[in-house]
Amino acid sequence: MPFNFTVSPDFGPDHVSGWFYFNTWLQRQLGVDIHLELYDGFEQQRADIRAGKVDLIYANPYDASMLVRELGFQAVARPAARRDEAVIAVPADSAASCVEDLVPGMRLATTADPDVHTIGMIMLESADLDKTNIEQREYESYVLIAKALIRGEADAGFFLKQSYDELSELIRGRLRSLVSSQIGVVHHALLVGPRLAGRAGDLADLLMTMQDDPKGGYVLESMDIRGWERMSVEQTEFMIDLIDTLVD
Amino acid sequence: MSQHASREVLIRYMDGRERTAIVREDEVPYPDGKLIVSRTDPNGIITHANQAFVDMSGYRRDELIGANHNILRHPDMPAAAFQGLWETIQNGAKWQGYVKNLCKDGRYYWVKATVIPNIRQGRLVGYTSVRRKPSRSRIREAEALYAGMMKEGRHAV
Ligand SMILES: Cc1cc2nc3c(=O)[nH]c(=O)nc-3n(C[C@H](O)[C@H](O)[C@H](O)COP(=O)(O)O)c2cc1C
Repeated sequence: MPFNFTVSPDFGPDHVSGWFYFNTWLQRQLGVDIHLELYDGFEQQRADIRAGKVDLIYANPYDASMLVRELGFQAVARPAARRDEAVIAVPADSAASCVEDLVPGMRLATTADPDVHTIGMIMLESADLDKTNIEQREYESYVLIAKALIRGEADAGFFLKQSYDELSELIRGRLRSLVSSQIGVVHHALLVGPRLAGRAGDLADLLMTMQDDPKGGYVLESMDIRGWERMSVEQTEFMIDLIDTLVD
Repeated sequence: MSQHASREVLIRYMDGRERTAIVREDEVPYPDGKLIVSRTDPNGIITHANQAFVDMSGYRRDELIGANHNILRHPDMPAAAFQGLWETIQNGAKWQGYVKNLCKDGRYYWVKATVIPNIRQGRLVGYTSVRRKPSRSRIREAEALYAGMMKEGRHAV
């Protein structure tokens, strides 16, 4: 039976093929059959994770908690120099010059990305805003959030910082960032489940030199990842503890 | 150095120890977008401090690591608030509250803090505290609450 690999649905849409190349590369290097299953939404993916249908996952930090603490997954590596940070942005002509200028009743544009949404909501707290006194609408992508802000359909939007920085200059020029998180220790991670645990060490060793292998380097580029960093058990636990303090 | 008036205050800790601290009525604004993170061992001795913690407290990292976390205790904070914190986390639960902290130079900063126990293989190995920026209205509420608790505390003694 092949192993099952999946990727957190918040991966950038431009990098879908990169994850398929990565899967092909992994299968060759490890000499095992791995099936890659991508999901549009978090709920279906979480249901399949809980049903034991996942052996390898590039997980967002929010799901890492359930995977490690409840389902016995272990972190193998994290993408080098890439942290999950959130930006709260407003239309360029907004009257708000800081988060505290946002007022109850404001219309928030957000996504289903759990870490960005969680960090964004924490940054709204200093304005006494929470889910009970704002209007929230969920969008499929950060580009759609940008468009909603520009069209005046929303007063503020949450962005993954990387996605905000990657918006075209034309779009970004019509927005303004009020605040950008600087947490530094929250990030995605590649985790292996119990069925693949025996290969965790091999996998980590492979990933550490992936950028030196010509094919590997190409695959990393197509995923827009510079390389991988090893993750210790304690680093993983620390990140999960931190996330636990951020969720209710 | 700030122009604000400073005073010397005796701080009495739960374990009976005391120290005289300089206190100034001068607030250090919470940095936008940052989380202040520290960890302690099970006895409240600091084992980890992130850069935001170092920057805000005004202590060097090597002064913080190995120190009791009460190094930040502000005399305006009632002892009962911290008793509640310790009871909660020793029961294995999450504690959340507003804390006024004392910087090394006597200034202060307000945080909304969340403290959780760190469990590894079923064993308590320490605690993690993560602070975020509080709203002004919550700070005003906490100031009033703590001032009231301090008065009651004095009558009780
Ligand atoms: C993880 C953790 C973080 C803490 N952070 C603070 C803090 O930032 N400021 C503070 O005054 N007390 C903090 N405390 C509480 C102190 O341990 C202590 O109870 C408090 O400063 C009052 O001092 P006392 O109990 O020695 O009288 C923290 C405790 C823990 C376990």
